[in-house]
Order: sequence, then C-alpha cells, then structure tokens
Amino acid sequence: MSAPLLHVKDLQIGATIYPTDGPPKQIEIVKSVSFTLQKGKVLGLIGESGAGKSTIGLSAMAYGRGGVEITGGQVLLDGQDLLQKSPRGLRSVRGAQVTYVAQSAAASFNPARKIMDQVTEAAILQGKFTPAEARARAVRLFEKLGLPDPQNIGNRYPHQVSGGQLQRCMTALALCPEPDLVIFDEPTTALDVTTQIDVLVAIKAAIADTGVAALYITHDLAVVAQVSDDIMVLRMGEMVEYGPTDQIINNPQQDYTRALVSVRSIAHDEKPPSDDPILRMENITARYKGTQFDVLHDVSVDIAPGQTLAVVGESGSGKSTLARVLTGLLPARGGQITFDGETLSPDLAGRSRENLRELQMIYQMADVAMNPRQTVETIIGRPLEFYFGLRGRAKRDRVVELLDQIEMGSGFLDRYPAELSGGQKQRVCIARALAAKPKLIICDEVTSALDPLVADGILKLLLDLQARENVAYMFITHDLATVRAIADSIAVMYQGRLIRYGGKTQVLSPPFDDYTDLLLSSVPEMRLGWLEDVIANRRMESAGN
Amino acid sequence: MGIALKLVAQRIALSLLLLFLVSGLIFAGTQILPGDVAQSILGQSATPEALANLRRDLGLNEPALQRYISWLGNAMQGDFGTALTNGQDIISSLSGRLKNTLFLAFWAALISVPLAIFLGLVAVRYRERWPDKLISAVTLTSISIPEFLIGYVLMYFVGVKLGWAPTVSTVYADMSLGAKLQAIALPVTVLTLVVLAHMMRMTRAAILNVMQSAYVETAELKGLSMFRIIWRHAFPNAIAPVVNVVMLNLAYLVVGVVVVEVVFVYPGMGQYLVDHVSKRDVPVVQACGLVFAAVYIGLNIAADVISILSNPRLRHPK
Repeated sequence: MSAPLLHVKDLQIGATIYPTDGPPKQIEIVKSVSFTLQKGKVLGLIGESGAGKSTIGLSAMAYGRGGVEITGGQVLLDGQDLLQKSPRGLRSVRGAQVTYVAQSAAASFNPARKIMDQVTEAAILQGKFTPAEARARAVRLFEKLGLPDPQNIGNRYPHQVSGGQLQRCMTALALCPEPDLVIFDEPTTALDVTTQIDVLVAIKAAIADTGVAALYITHDLAVVAQVSDDIMVLRMGEMVEYGPTDQIINNPQQDYTRALVSVRSIAHDEKPPSDDPILRMENITARYKGTQFDVLHDVSVDIAPGQTLAVVGESGSGKSTLARVLTGLLPARGGQITFDGETLSPDLAGRSRENLRELQMIYQMADVAMNPRQTVETIIGRPLEFYFGLRGRAKRDRVVELLDQIEMGSGFLDRYPAELSGGQKQRVCIARALAAKPKLIICDEVTSALDPLVADGILKLLLDLQARENVAYMFITHDLATVRAIADSIAVMYQGRLIRYGGKTQVLSPPFDDYTDLLLSSVPEMRLGWLEDVIANRRMESAGN
Repeated sequence: MGIALKLVAQRIALSLLLLFLVSGLIFAGTQILPGDVAQSILGQSATPEALANLRRDLGLNEPALQRYISWLGNAMQGDFGTALTNGQDIISSLSGRLKNTLFLAFWAALISVPLAIFLGLVAVRYRERWPDKLISAVTLTSISIPEFLIGYVLMYFVGVKLGWAPTVSTVYADMSLGAKLQAIALPVTVLTLVVLAHMMRMTRAAILNVMQSAYVETAELKGLSMFRIIWRHAFPNAIAPVVNVVMLNLAYLVVGVVVVEVVFVYPGMGQYLVDHVSKRDVPVVQACGLVFAAVYIGLNIAADVISILSNPRLRHPK
C-alpha cells in the first residue's frame, strides 16, 4: 500500500471554556484519534453533536474554531506534519491542497460578492490558475455538478440561487483549486430530502471524476453509507468504531454503533379514525400581509382527540403556515376552524383565554423558545399561574409533577436553560405546553435540531404523554422516519396545497402520486447502494414515460 | 434595481416631510422664547408706544400661522429676509458663512474619515494586541478632552511655541487655497481628533461583528491573508453601520463646530449663529436652524441611501 495522503496520529484537541461560575478551564474535546486516508478515498466521520467530528475534520487543515486548539498528535498530509507549519505555510495548504465545504452554504458564501469571485478566489490567489483558467474550470464544475446555466450562474449573488444550488456552488468552490483533499462538513444536512439526494449524487460523481480524497462528516449514517469507503464512528471525542462501510452498516461491533444503525425503533400502530374530531380545519386559504399570492390553497384537515396528524412537506410547502393559521398568528383569508365543537376566531385577538389554553405549541428551537434568564421552575410555572392561578406550594408541586412526567425530576427546578442539554431543553418545552392541560399541541419540527438517539427519546415521551393525557398533536416535520414513528394520519403538503391526506397506512401505501413517491424514495435508507438504486429507478421511470 | 429605487425614493420623500416638520418646530421655538425682537432692539427702558410702533413695522402683530407661511414660502425661494439687527440680506451673509463652514468640514472629513476607517481595520487586524490597544487609548483620550481645551493647547504649542500654524483662522474670499489651508490647519486637527474615535470604534465593532460569520471562516480556510479577509470579505458587509456613524460625524462637523469656530475665530455658520442668538435676531436664528436641519437630515438620508445601495439583496433582487 502506498503512503497515505492523510495520516492523523494520536490527535488530541482541547478547548478553553468559560463557565459562569469559576475561572476558565481547559477541557479535552478529542482524545487520541488516529486514522489514515488514501488518495481518492472517502472516509466518513459520524457521530452526534459534540462528538468532535467537525473539530477532527478541521484539524486536517490545522484549523481550530473559536478557542479550540490542537494539543497533541500529528496531522501528516503527504508526509508533512501540518501542526509544525508556520502560519504562512499553513495558508498555502488551506484553500489549495485541502479545501472545505461547510454545512450552511447560505452562511458560508459572502452575501456581498458574486459567486464566481468566491469560487475562483482561492485557486487564483494560491497561484494554481490564472483568473481565466479558474473561471473556465469553475464553469466546467458548475456543469458537472448539474447547476442550471453554468455559463452565467457565477455572475449571480448568493441570495439569487436556491439552497441546494448554493450547496453545489460550495462544492465547486472546494474543487476549483484541484485540491488533494476535501472536507465535507454536513453538506446536505440543511437541505430538504428531495434536494439532498441531488446534491449527494453531484458530490459523489464529482469525487469520482476528480479523484480527490474526502472526509465526509455527518450525523446521518444512512447518508454517509452512500458516499464513503470507510467509516469512523465517534462519540464524545473518542473513536468508537472504525472500519469499512460495509462492516459498519451490516455488522457493527459496538453497542453504540448498533444503536445508531437501528435508530427509530418506535413502532406505533395507527389508531382508528374518529367521527368527532377535536380540530377541523376546512378550506383554509391564507396569504402573508403585503403579498399578492396565497401560500395556502383550500386546505382541509381533521385531528381526532388523542391522535397525531403529521403534516409533511419540504421548506416552503406551507406546513408551518398552516400552524400559524391554526394559532391565529396569521388569520386565514378563507375557511373555517372548528376546535372542540366551537368555531375559532381566525384572529388571535378574538380568542378566549380558554381557547388559548387548550391549544399549545412546542417549537423547533427549544433554545430560543425559553427566556435564558428564567429557571425551569419559572418557565413551567408561568402557564400554571396564568391559566389556573396556582401560586406558591401548589404551583411548585405541580411543576415537580410535570418534571416527573418528562422524566427529569425535581433536581432541575433551579436550573437555567443554558445548563440543560438539547434534549432536556425540548423536554422542558413539552412540560410547559402540558402545564396548560391542552387538548391539542402543535409540534413544529420539535426533533429536527436533535441528534437521532435524543430525538427518539423525545418521540417516545410524546407518545407516552399522548396515551396518558389523551392530547392530540399536529406534528409538523420534513422527516418521514419521524412520521412513520408517531403518526395516526398524514397530510402531505406541496406548494401550499394538500397533495395527499388520510390514515398513515393508506398514505404510505402505493399507488402514490408523483410528489409523494419522490418524497418517499428520497429518504436515505441504511444500506449500501441505495443511492445508485434510486437514481437507476428514476432513470428507468423517466425513460418509460 | 426596482426595490432599491423605491426605498431610496421613499427616504427622500420622508426627509422632505421631516424638514417641513422641523421648520414648524424652529418657527414655534422662536415664538415661545420670552421677550421679542422689538424689546431687545429698544432695550428695557423703551416706552410701550415705541415698542408697539416697532412691532407693527416688523410685522410682529400678524397671527403666527400667517407669519410662518410667508416665512416658509420665502425661505423655499431662497429668501430668508433681512437681519433685524443690521438690515443685511440674510441669504448673502449666510451663504458666505456656510461656504466657510463646509470648507472646514470638508477638509476635516477628508482627513478623518479615511484615517478612522484605516485605523479601524488595523485595530481589527491586531485585535487585543498592542496596536489595537494603542489606537483605542489614543482616540478615546482625544474624544474625552473637551475640544476647546485641545484647541487652546494646540494653539499654544503648535501655533505660539513652534510657530507652525496661525493661531487665528480667519479666512477671506480672496485668499489662495494654500493660504486658506494653512489658516485652518489647527481647527482641522482639532475636529479630526474629536470625530476620529467614534468612527474608528464603530468601524472596528462592525467589522469584528462580521468577522464572526461563517463566510469569514470560509475565507480563512481558503488560506487568504488576514488583511485581504478584512478588506475584501468583512468590510463590504460592514458598510451600512460604518456609513451611519460617518454621516453622523460629518453632520457634527457642520452643525456642531460652534465651539471650535469661536476658539479659532473662524468666520463660519456657528459663530454667525451665536452672534445673532445673543442679539435675539430671530430671522437669522431661524435661517441658521433651517440650514443646520437641512444639512443634518441630508447627510442622514445619504447614509440611509448608501446603506440601501450597499445591500446586494436590494441591489440585485431575485
């Protein structure tokens, strides 16, 4: 075997943290990680947030974010230790030999400069190509990555192209200087599934075409299984398992890897439909103030008491707008909402306090849904005070009871949101919604920001609470695996219209309409060769038509 | 270009409305001051008959609204009337004074704005290191010392002891440009020191804020030099806040230079205004107020327009 392109030996990375009480301290965030990467191969780094996978990825450029510092080990690129290089020497490696594709292309492109300038900048300044050569190469890459109008797309500004297109432009940016190694840091995580699949195909083809080596960082094992030759599983800065993709997926050795592979273990059987729904939305039409077009067209859905309606769709499909209409934040232009037998005022201001109490909401970002200066007790106690007038002892007892229900306990009463993990924060938000004793909770992408195993725990909790409290959920999500896990009925939305609606089994069984078929077939499956199969199928179908 | 043009047109319309409201305020403000021009011309010992005669001659007995309308109408045609105290045409003495003030402000801005932005960029490049701390310390010190004190200190050392620049900055219309520049060297230095800190710190803060963004990390990972990152990637996105502060300071250079003009006996608007306030020469005070307001609003609108045009989302809509 020839000498590897990248050889990371015994890498140790530390960070300085500044706790609110006490002096700053050094913590270890990556502990003794080693791996090698051959030319033209792809290594997947996988783990939950905080596993250190991005930190390890960036170490291949000898770069530490914020207060992160590489404290030990070697990063050998073509036999040269990057950690021994001068700042000037490092600059000649970054952007030339090693390049980086960030998770959010939207944030990683400079809004003030044209795409072409940014794509070719490193290649030109690093002396790899003349400006004319770099531009020609960029156009070829745009073409290869399947971008529309490759000749001219570079003259646009980042906000003038879509998210999926921008992510492909970012890949072009990384490939333009003909690097030896590209670090892909969650390049498809922020995209819709149907867009993700296109970007994945483009990235995979570009890697194969250019013969570049890659580190592919993601939390989604099903995605990494499609593109990588080897996989390293990381947890809390330590290596859990490292081996060929086939072995990790089909024959994992460690318990943690097995848990990752088999996540979404929840089985939820659909409940029978009811004739007496708790919520009935009929022919809802809505538009935002100051705009000329409707964002919801004639949408009608029901939710039975104690059941879950999953509203599925991509960004821009109108699913969150439906929730805004239901809450009264965006009064409907047409249609009627019947809740618990009475007609709801379309406008928030026209609703009684009882209406408000019975309809609660849980948000995607638990972080920003809580006041950071209030304790858990204050946060959960607020609706108790507001709706039921509870004070003092009685309120505290009820808060403790709710904390027990979300499996956290009274030890958390005096904690601040910043002292909770992501999953715990979401649990507190659930307790706050439950405190009002609602009949319906709108859950807006409540597990999207969470790691798979933590998200699983939240979904189980929601199902338990539903069984106990007989509360109904309107569950808004773009994640079809989540839908399978918890829904009783499903509404598929596309461009503000209800495309498909019914019981779970019925919606998820063929024959499908085109869009639902596209959506379902785009969800990555945890098996090798899935990506190729889907693409082959789609080619055959389009050839057949 | 559609959205940007519409926004710019909106701002300009708003500024005209604002100027109209300010004219009302200026007029009302001069009306509610105790005493009137007649009183101050004739002095405390004037007889009531003499006062009444003079008021009638000056048109002070007309209703306020009517006087306001005719004043505004004339002002819009460039006629501010004549000064009560010396009977001179206001617009001609005012325009000479305004020219002088703008001349001083122009040179002060020409030095201070690029210097402040450059120092801000340097401070970001070496943040938390000695160049940053030195720049902050010096500019903060200079903004903390009252401008008249800096003025007198410079006058004594640079003007009297070293003899490098004249201590009195009187300029005449027929002076050569070189002679004028030499005359205003000291006031320009004082003004530069006064406005530098504010603009420099805003530039530093705005760029540092942008330096946190993901696209700056992208630029770092392209192996670009720090100065190129700051200049090409961070600064274009920090223009809006910087321009706002620059314009506020430019407005200060025009509107707020009274003290410096008085210290250096510079024949600008500020001194003109102060002289006539003490004589209760209402038409002159009103005219000066209106001109100051127009300059202030004009510069702020310019800042708004530049901010709008510096936003690529507005310049190049989807």
